[in-house]
Amino acid sequence: MLERTRLTLTRVGHNFIENVWRVGAMARFFAALLLASGTSFNRFRLVMREVYFTGVLSLIIIVVSGLFVGMVLGLQGYETLQKYGATESIGVLVALSLVRELGPVVSALLFASRAGSAITAEIGLMKATEQLTAMDMMAVSPMARVIAPRFWAGVISMPMLAALFSAMGVFGGYLVGVVLVGVDNGAFWSQMQAAVDFRYDVMNGVVKSFVFGIAVTVIATFEGFDAPPTAEGVSGATTRTVVSSALTILALDLVLTAFMLRGNH
Amino acid sequence: MTADNLVEIDDVTFAYDRRPVLERISMRFPRGKLVAIMGSSGCGKTTTLRLIGGQIKPTRGAVRVNGRVVHEMGREELYAMRRRMSMLFQFGALFTDLSVFDNVAFPLREHADLPEAMVRDLVLMKLEAVGLRGAHDLMPAELSGGMARRVALARAVVADPMLVMYDEPFAGLDPIAMSVIGTLIRRLNDALGATSIIVTHDVVESLQIVDYLYFVAEGRVVGEGTPEQIRAAPVPVVHQFVHGEIDGPVPFHYPAPDYSQDVGLGAPRAEAAHA
Repeated sequence: MLERTRLTLTRVGHNFIENVWRVGAMARFFAALLLASGTSFNRFRLVMREVYFTGVLSLIIIVVSGLFVGMVLGLQGYETLQKYGATESIGVLVALSLVRELGPVVSALLFASRAGSAITAEIGLMKATEQLTAMDMMAVSPMARVIAPRFWAGVISMPMLAALFSAMGVFGGYLVGVVLVGVDNGAFWSQMQAAVDFRYDVMNGVVKSFVFGIAVTVIATFEGFDAPPTAEGVSGATTRTVVSSALTILALDLVLTAFMLRGNH
Repeated sequence: MTADNLVEIDDVTFAYDRRPVLERISMRFPRGKLVAIMGSSGCGKTTTLRLIGGQIKPTRGAVRVNGRVVHEMGREELYAMRRRMSMLFQFGALFTDLSVFDNVAFPLREHADLPEAMVRDLVLMKLEAVGLRGAHDLMPAELSGGMARRVALARAVVADPMLVMYDEPFAGLDPIAMSVIGTLIRRLNDALGATSIIVTHDVVESLQIVDYLYFVAEGRVVGEGTPEQIRAAPVPVVHQFVHGEIDGPVPFHYPAPDYSQDVGLGAPRAEAAHA
């Protein structure tokens, strides 16, 4: 019994130290990534190629999910607002929920599972097949040539995807609210226009999605770069990318929201 | 250091986590020659190449390339050195997201500011030399193992390096592909005036093409000489290697406890107690 407790404690302590170490390693990785980013700007073609893979190829999932989320918000919102006779405010409800919260958060979660996992798997496999070592031996820094372009592509794509998600969501809310259940078209848009503040609502949402973009791509590239060069190693790293990205996004959202709401008053 | 040797390994010891991989090895690689490092799997051959390329640092001793100690170089100097050397990896390590042409063009596009027409000519020349000019627009996934190795060979020599290192260039190839690669390595070495180092365990193929061989076993150099000297070598481990004997100085078994004890046939002491 005593021995088992001791072993459990040892394992917990070991895992804790291991995780602290990983956070430190990730911070160093991030610093090295920023230092190696010169190439990405000198040869912007490399970044644009990755924007295609991470951003453009995520368009379908973002557009479709945005539309569905907006439609569900429309239905749920109508159901509740009806009780107070305020169905015209449905546009405000849909728009504020999307630009403040759901747009940045849900699109970042989707981005992590669609593009983040792909980035990790690709870099992990490049490492496992010695492509990164080969590059390094050719005097080409993998950090500058492989990691940094993927990072910047993610940072560029994420706010745009989140904006698109919100736009599609508003359109979904319009389809349900105005087209389906017959809320007044003019009231839907004018109330939305009056209630949504560009600085506090839209820009704060953009800041959030920008931060999430940084977090997801740093996690995804780090996990790939750090993956043990085996099949299990790469699959484990891919899983960790999705799980840690999701947790990081939600935790960061809480922190950012707390700061932003205080700034609002 | 004499000017005749491009690479010198002096009394180098290397350990991973205190587990010694190489112990006090010394080797010379003269300019323009094709030298093989031979030994069984896991004896530290690839580690030697990584030491020369500056990917790892020796625990003691020094590796010199062109007279400069590799592990004392800063990153800039190391990258400057690596631009003049190249390495062929065991499975080619072709960039899977680039076509054959772009793979071979990669070192030129990264380092030399050449007009695209010249890059094209250089790449097609190297691909012609390895017999794969017709395959230039294929992707690495569409190539056989032997073809991938030849593309990697073309990529390794495209920038006319002073030193080419080959890590197990014959592993997993059929006999035809093997002699194609062997012949190409020899021909390219002589045509480029480069120095080549081959790490391999393929005795027959390498004895035909190299100028000099080192045998490594358990992290030590256990024999060296020209192919003629090696064929008649008196050192047991070299004899075992050249003749492909299963057991000998390089043991067949991984270290293990006594077999009879492990399969439960009873330790001699227990039997004695019962009797």
